[in-house]
Amino acid sequence: MVCEMETDQIEEMDVEVLSSMWPDDVGTQADNQFNVEKPAGDSDTLKEVDIAEKRTMADLKRLPELLNTTDQGSSQLTNLVRQWEYMQDHAVRLLREELKILTRQREEAEAKELKIIEEHNFETEEPENVPVLDETSHLFRRFRQKKRDELVDSKRVVIDEEFDTVAYWKQKALSLEKMLEASTERERRLIEKLNESLKTMESHSAPVEELTQNLKRAEGFLHFILQNAPIVMGHQDKDLRYLFIYNKFPSLREQDILGKTDVEIFHGGGVKESEDFKREVLEKGKASKREITFETELFGSKTFLIYVEPVYNKAREKIGINYMGMEVTDQVRKREKMAKLREDNAVRKAMESELTKTIHITEETMRAKQMLATMSHEIRSPLSGVVGMAEILSTTKLDKEQRQLLNVMISSGDLVLQLINDILDLSKVESGVMKLEATKFRPREVVKHVLQTAAASLKKDLTLEGNIADEVPILVVGDVLRIRQILTNLISNAIKFTHRGKVGIKLKVISQPSFASDKEQNETSVWICCDVYDTGIGIPENALPCLFKKYMQASADHARKYGGTGLGLAICKQLVELMGGQLTVTSQVNLGSTFTFILPYKVATSDDHSDDQDEFSDMVDHHQPEPDDTTEGYFQFKPLLGSIYSNGGPVMSNNFLPHKAMLTSPIKLINGSVADPSNSSGQSQTVQVENGGYMDESESAHQYGNGNGHRCPSKESESCSSSQASSEMESELTVSSPREEEKTETEVKETSQPKILLVEDNKINIMVAKSMMKQLGYTMDIANNGVEAINAVKDTSYDLVLMDVCMPVMDGLKATRLIRSYEESGNWDAAIEAGVDIKTSENDQGCERSTDRLPIVAMTANTLAESSEECYANGMDSFISKPVTLQKLKECLQQYLQ
Amino acid sequence: MELVQMQKSLQDYTKSLFLDNLKVEESVLGVIQKLEFMGVLDSQFLQLQQLQDESNPHFVSQVVTLFFQDSDRILNDLSLSLDQQVVDFKKVYPHVHQLKGSSSSIGAQRVKNACVVFRSFCEQQNVEGCHRCLQQVKKEYYLVKNRLETLFKLEQQIVASGGMIPAMELGF
Repeated sequence: MVCEMETDQIEEMDVEVLSSMWPDDVGTQADNQFNVEKPAGDSDTLKEVDIAEKRTMADLKRLPELLNTTDQGSSQLTNLVRQWEYMQDHAVRLLREELKILTRQREEAEAKELKIIEEHNFETEEPENVPVLDETSHLFRRFRQKKRDELVDSKRVVIDEEFDTVAYWKQKALSLEKMLEASTERERRLIEKLNESLKTMESHSAPVEELTQNLKRAEGFLHFILQNAPIVMGHQDKDLRYLFIYNKFPSLREQDILGKTDVEIFHGGGVKESEDFKREVLEKGKASKREITFETELFGSKTFLIYVEPVYNKAREKIGINYMGMEVTDQVRKREKMAKLREDNAVRKAMESELTKTIHITEETMRAKQMLATMSHEIRSPLSGVVGMAEILSTTKLDKEQRQLLNVMISSGDLVLQLINDILDLSKVESGVMKLEATKFRPREVVKHVLQTAAASLKKDLTLEGNIADEVPILVVGDVLRIRQILTNLISNAIKFTHRGKVGIKLKVISQPSFASDKEQNETSVWICCDVYDTGIGIPENALPCLFKKYMQASADHARKYGGTGLGLAICKQLVELMGGQLTVTSQVNLGSTFTFILPYKVATSDDHSDDQDEFSDMVDHHQPEPDDTTEGYFQFKPLLGSIYSNGGPVMSNNFLPHKAMLTSPIKLINGSVADPSNSSGQSQTVQVENGGYMDESESAHQYGNGNGHRCPSKESESCSSSQASSEMESELTVSSPREEEKTETEVKETSQPKILLVEDNKINIMVAKSMMKQLGYTMDIANNGVEAINAVKDTSYDLVLMDVCMPVMDGLKATRLIRSYEESGNWDAAIEAGVDIKTSENDQGCERSTDRLPIVAMTANTLAESSEECYANGMDSFISKPVTLQKLKECLQQYLQ
Repeated sequence: MELVQMQKSLQDYTKSLFLDNLKVEESVLGVIQKLEFMGVLDSQFLQLQQLQDESNPHFVSQVVTLFFQDSDRILNDLSLSLDQQVVDFKKVYPHVHQLKGSSSSIGAQRVKNACVVFRSFCEQQNVEGCHRCLQQVKKEYYLVKNRLETLFKLEQQIVASGGMIPAMELGF
């Protein structure tokens, strides 16, 4: 048995060794099963051994025998045991080896299988299924892994129990059978699972479908866009025949387009261009775009923006073009419009900047002019000081030579003053500061006065005449001051250049001239043409154009010969144009010139004299016209005083600025009603003049001083113009009239002392002014502010008010306004309203005042033009710039108190 | 000192008050003064002198004294007003205006000119400028005050010596 066993063992060993040498077969299931059966038989043998042992222990009688046998047996047993043990050990060793080999083989097989699976997966499944069945393939792999693990398990069991007893092996066989069954069962289940998996596989095919649907949707979307986009899209082959097209022109069918070229389909402008463009893109192989305007019968004029892109095949050969066209007609139109607008804008901007530049230049010019005006003004004050002092000096004892020098000095000073006044006037007109006033006046009177004035200072043997047509209205409305200024200027100009014959003014009504705009025409408007004519030297034709230019005279020679500022005519022209008229000149050399100005006037109602007394008393030297004076149409002033002026000095251009000129230009000729100390020491040449004859009618006796105190220019070299303005007033008394009366300057007799009110807050100024007044022979009342002034005016009837502008409590402007308001309304309501405490002491004079305009002269520290405008605007009649000088004061008194 | 010489000095001195950069050698009571100043006075002062006659022999000094009194007060007020924490230009302006008027009336042209600048700073409400101007006005004022006082002193001396105040020459 042992031998058997040994051989068995050896056999088995051999078998096992051999089997261990079969690397190929080990992995298969069939081999394993085959190996499993053998241990099953072995387990039976083991069971038999166990039974023999039990029997030995039961027989006790034959103990010694048995003992022997036992000893024998036990030794045998021991032997057997030892042998078994040895064999067992050996078997274990072998088995371990076997196990090792098998494990290795299994691992190898596994690796191989894995490799195979991987290879399989990689080659066959992955490219196709991975994107779609990603999850499934993963499952599949897991499933396989699981299956393999199970197999390995069963194999392990089998190997572990191979070398047990037979019974054991049988049991093991049974168990293995069961395992097999279980395995089969598992296999079945696996198949089921597999089927299930297959089913899930089917269900897993859904994502593919979903994707397909998505693709379809995308395609639909794309189609929708392609078909509905406002864009024509097409593909053309390399012969530029359409292969497909989207959004073709609706009236064209597909077969009309496909396979044809643009030229074949369309006719008209732009088709050829687009074809050429496509061809160009095709040739250059570079995508580009272009705007092409089509002009076809099919769809009219439309502009398309066309993108063309060449298409290549795999061999990089050009096979055609992709083409896309977008209609941009409107955009192009808009763009063009925008471009045009931008262009216009640019042009406008350029114009604007040009304009700004012009404005800037104009502003600069204006500023320069303003500066000139300011400067002139600033010069005027000290200059009047110089001239004034010079005149005072001339009243002192001087020898003949000194006097001559002084006279030159005075006349030069007068000329400069004249020039400055003219510049100021001009700049006033140019800067628009000059405001025109509308006052009622009688043209006849104005002409008469101007002529009288001129006659008064006439030094030549000339006849002055005025001729006013009957149709000229008796009373018109206009700026009488300016009109007189123009007339005076023109007349003095005419006189200057006329040596014999006559100088005259002719007034007539004309129809509306062509230059007048329609709006000026209305019912009450009348155009009056005024000719100022002379029989003088005339003006050469070539000098006419620059005649009205500033600082220009007909020739340098004239300027030397006749003097003057050269501003007179420029001022006249500007004034006339400011009033909406026109100034022209006609002239013949050596025969004379005629200056004609045409002005519109409003016709005023001349029914009531007292109605316009206000204006008259002021503007026309407080003169009440005699009844027939209003209608008289012809005046003549004959040269009666010629001998006196026979050797007159340079004749200055005339000027008439009743307010300003009078106060700033030094006038020494006027005596007025005051005894001028300067006269006493000067040559008191008594001049025989013709009395104007108006003084008798003059109602305000003290203003004219009864015609006394008049003195004509006496010094030979003295400038007549220096006294022009003021002599104008006197002229009424001096020019020819039916009555003659002898006057001397010494016959100064005042019927009553004029009442003067000084409104001033500065004590020093008051003191100085009072002292000056005293020297001039007047006394005056003092008010310290506007309120006091109003109260004073209310209580006393003043002939003149000198009003400081800047004062505490109430300034001069306001006080003047309130006084004027009282004159208009006859009550002090406005003053009371303004918070002035009107004292209740009523008197009669207050009532009288309401009909008479109280002369109010401002005394202003601000000597700029604005300020004087402000004075006038507030109802002041004139102004004196501070500091007040004797001269200024005297002139002022002369003007308002004569 | 001879009266004639004193009269001559007075005339020269007076003249110097009107002139620019004129160096005048003065010899009054043996004192030689070299003065150098620019037109402290202008022609308006001549006007004042013209107003002075027998009936009103002290007119100029009266007016000028009044001017000094007035101006001292105004300058004092101005200093106070401008030292306030918040300068009330409504108060300052009338003072400056008045000072300008007064100085212009007596012919203190440098004071007047300083006042014109001062007034424009007032209009701008420029406190710093006003302070500067006040100093300038004060400087000019004290200058003219000093000069005029000297002038009057000279005149008084002449009168005290029994002489006549010479008529002002107008040759400037």
